[in-house]
Amino acid sequence: MSDRSTGPRFGRSEAAQGYLLVATPLAYALLLLAVPLGAILLFSFWTQDYLTLDTTLTLKNYREAFTDPLYGELLLRSLLISAAVTAATVLTAFPIAYFVSFYVPPERKAMWIFLITIPFWTSYLIRVFLWKVILGYNGVFNTTLMGLGIIDEPLTFILYNVNAVVITLAHAYAPFAILPIFVALEKIDRTLLEAGRDLGEGYVMTFLRVTLPLAMPGVVAAVLIVFIPTIGDYVTPRLVGGPDGLMIANMIQTQFLKLNNAPMGAALAVLAMAMVGSVALIFIALTRRFLRAPR
Amino acid sequence: MKDTRAAAQPIITLEKVEKYYGDYYALRGITAEIRQGEFFSLLGPSGCGKTTLLRTIAGFEELSGGRLTIDGKDMKGVPANVRPTNMVFQSYAIFPHLTVAQNVGFGLRREPLSRAEKERKVIEALDMVGLKGYGARAAHALSGGQRQRVALARALILEPKVLLLDEPLSALDKKMREQMQMELRRLQRQVGITFILVTHDQEEALIMSDRIAVMFEGQIAQLDTPQMLYRRPVSRQVAEFIGVMNFLPAKATVTDATHIEVEAAGLGRAVIDPEQLPGGWHPGETQSVGIRPETMSILFPGETTDRRVATGVVEDRAYYGDMTYYEVRLDGVEKPMTISMKNLVGRPVLERGEQARVAWDARSLVLFA
Amino acid sequence: MKRSLHVYAVLYLAFLYAPIALLPVFAFNDGTVIAFPLRGFTFEWFRQLTEIPALHAAVLNSLTIAVASAVLATCLGILAARAATRFEFPGKKGIMGLIMLPLVLPEIIVAVSLLVVLLQLGLSLGAWTVILGHVLIATPFSIAILNSAFQGLDTSLEEAAIDLGETKLSSFRLITLPLVMPGIISSLLIAFTISLDEFIIAFFLTGTDPTLPVYLWGQLRFPQKLPVVMALGTILVVASVLLLTIAEYFRRRGAARTGQKDAGGFL
Repeated sequence: MSDRSTGPRFGRSEAAQGYLLVATPLAYALLLLAVPLGAILLFSFWTQDYLTLDTTLTLKNYREAFTDPLYGELLLRSLLISAAVTAATVLTAFPIAYFVSFYVPPERKAMWIFLITIPFWTSYLIRVFLWKVILGYNGVFNTTLMGLGIIDEPLTFILYNVNAVVITLAHAYAPFAILPIFVALEKIDRTLLEAGRDLGEGYVMTFLRVTLPLAMPGVVAAVLIVFIPTIGDYVTPRLVGGPDGLMIANMIQTQFLKLNNAPMGAALAVLAMAMVGSVALIFIALTRRFLRAPR
Repeated sequence: MKDTRAAAQPIITLEKVEKYYGDYYALRGITAEIRQGEFFSLLGPSGCGKTTLLRTIAGFEELSGGRLTIDGKDMKGVPANVRPTNMVFQSYAIFPHLTVAQNVGFGLRREPLSRAEKERKVIEALDMVGLKGYGARAAHALSGGQRQRVALARALILEPKVLLLDEPLSALDKKMREQMQMELRRLQRQVGITFILVTHDQEEALIMSDRIAVMFEGQIAQLDTPQMLYRRPVSRQVAEFIGVMNFLPAKATVTDATHIEVEAAGLGRAVIDPEQLPGGWHPGETQSVGIRPETMSILFPGETTDRRVATGVVEDRAYYGDMTYYEVRLDGVEKPMTISMKNLVGRPVLERGEQARVAWDARSLVLFA
Repeated sequence: MKRSLHVYAVLYLAFLYAPIALLPVFAFNDGTVIAFPLRGFTFEWFRQLTEIPALHAAVLNSLTIAVASAVLATCLGILAARAATRFEFPGKKGIMGLIMLPLVLPEIIVAVSLLVVLLQLGLSLGAWTVILGHVLIATPFSIAILNSAFQGLDTSLEEAAIDLGETKLSSFRLITLPLVMPGIISSLLIAFTISLDEFIIAFFLTGTDPTLPVYLWGQLRFPQKLPVVMALGTILVVASVLLLTIAEYFRRRGAARTGQKDAGGFL
């Protein structure tokens, strides 16, 4: 092709123009994201007694977080719920992404993706609340099943517990899981699958040996993009979780807005992020061999 | 290179033009003159700096060193939008949100012309490139060949001193490309503007150009007419890039300025003219002679000739319908050489392993020494 | 295989749309309890919506915040997307990574960290603090949309305009801007929608004037107010779907203009 592409890459003025453009959004992200995140970290080493803030650095909050079983339990539960939500979301999303990518005619793919993304853009609060309506004692689910004569009395294990939280969050994060997997599947050269079959593999083995490994980058992205934000969800556990379904975000909120113990809240936020961050890193490390394939 | 033919005014002069990005040198001292009204080509493999040179002339790249003048004016600090050059981009860069007429008339926005005059100019320009009546069409709906015509009309409407063409034919299929080559040539003669064409296709450059600069690694290896480039390449690199040439190990002795004697493997001893040493004499370099496939012919059993004759064995042959290409290994030579023969009526085709007599002329040799 | 996947896909869509589909059902249901069986058809809850001044104030507050956030996020998005698609510079990956980080960061983290800084600086909370937070989380979405708009743009288009006598600025105005305009509109609409729906950040940073979601959150505690919430939700969903359809229309038109293949999706 042309030798132009090797050109501007090294140009000094090119870099200067790039920096000039990116300066404002970068400054914004630094001031309103990086600095506050740093502040949270710093805050977590301070202490607060009602309204007086003690700025001596101490590990007191962390000690408390590790010794008080309430915090430990909340953190662990949040992690487990996030993992369950991630597994449920990604496993149910994969067939959808696969269906749209492989079986929907090209001209209708955009419409399917649009259909899948619409619910995501409608009020989150109201969606979560409606799950409460669906799963409630006199909810849509129970009344329907009773009306059909499948059950005699309402099921109670589906609301105000962890199950409800998982279902609701799996619903909320569905498009976040479907889209990256869909994009990865779309990139697969279809002749590779024919080659797989040509080389004597059946449909299932071709799927396992060709499609799945090539889709892995999308699956990994989906896992991360669902897992990380889920741990910080506040609305869902509060509305459908009941006392046993509460998560760490609810405690963070309580510390900040109710107990006036911002440093403790900050410490819990840091711990939650550290936990989710390390799990994410371990996950990336474990799946690294799938991600090495050239895009 | 000196060319005594014409003393036309240079429209562009390049003096030791350099361009580097960090420590990567794209242009390493280009010196050349491009004449008023000629069809000039920059030919070379990808990465040789030809596009960079074109973009330097257009004003999209600043010079790192040297001097560039267009129409006698130094272009230092002159931005692309005020240079008397216009460009046809490789991708054609047709504005997809405008109509064909709006595309063609784009550059007239700042010209002090009445609306009617602008419209007339657009119609004329479309007519010139064979797109009469296409003005109202949406640009993004055009075919590749039509896009290229729009790009041409858009650039020519401003009557530039120089038209720059960046691989304009590379996106077209073979048939369309051949048609456009002839059309571009015709258009250039019609408008009389200097065209500078960047291409990696040697055949295209030979067909279209008055003169060609062959570039390797940021330098001009040879600047000459197509005939001279083909017949008298200054180096093996140029010879290999343009057409096919066979090389044979040789040993040359220069007795005096007009008398050069070579002893070429497989061919024997020959006296050649100094003109057949276009690259000049470089004592100590490995010496070889080059000879083009079509300047030799295979003699068939019983055929006689007054040309020089060498002998060898047919190693392989490829039948092309109108031509047959033979791979013949001359006696005493390691590598086989290519010889092309027209398939005339009654001429037999030799098979592999047959003995072959090869007729050649000393005049066809080029010495690289 | 294809059939069972198709059935699954339809069931999955039903799962995705189940909550939204129920909204109008209860919004028009003549009963104060949000449960089956249904009673009868009524416009009562929609009528009541018009009689709550606090709600109107919240809507107005939310609209102001959403418009401001959308404009700011899109401006930042244009700058970042242009830098990312057109220029190469050292550290680009890291810089873009930081700017895109809110995409995966739990919103509560963004909310509390901003809260801590704002309170420490002694600044009072209000609509503007919500805007600051919303711009932060909406910018990555704007960048994602605008990236594809800028990416579809052949760089030689601008060069061609310059070659034909335009300056850098006028060629941006005449060529680049019209071509990325659909992306800009789509980014404005998406950022607007995100801000309008966002709850957590608004909850933490809103001060005394609640945004619409914060107001809604307050109402969810009172069972007798739920039918009105359903009516309001119905209106919100219809508005969101409308905005998204418009955004999708502009995104596709932009793709068609620059001659891209339509791959679909906002992300």
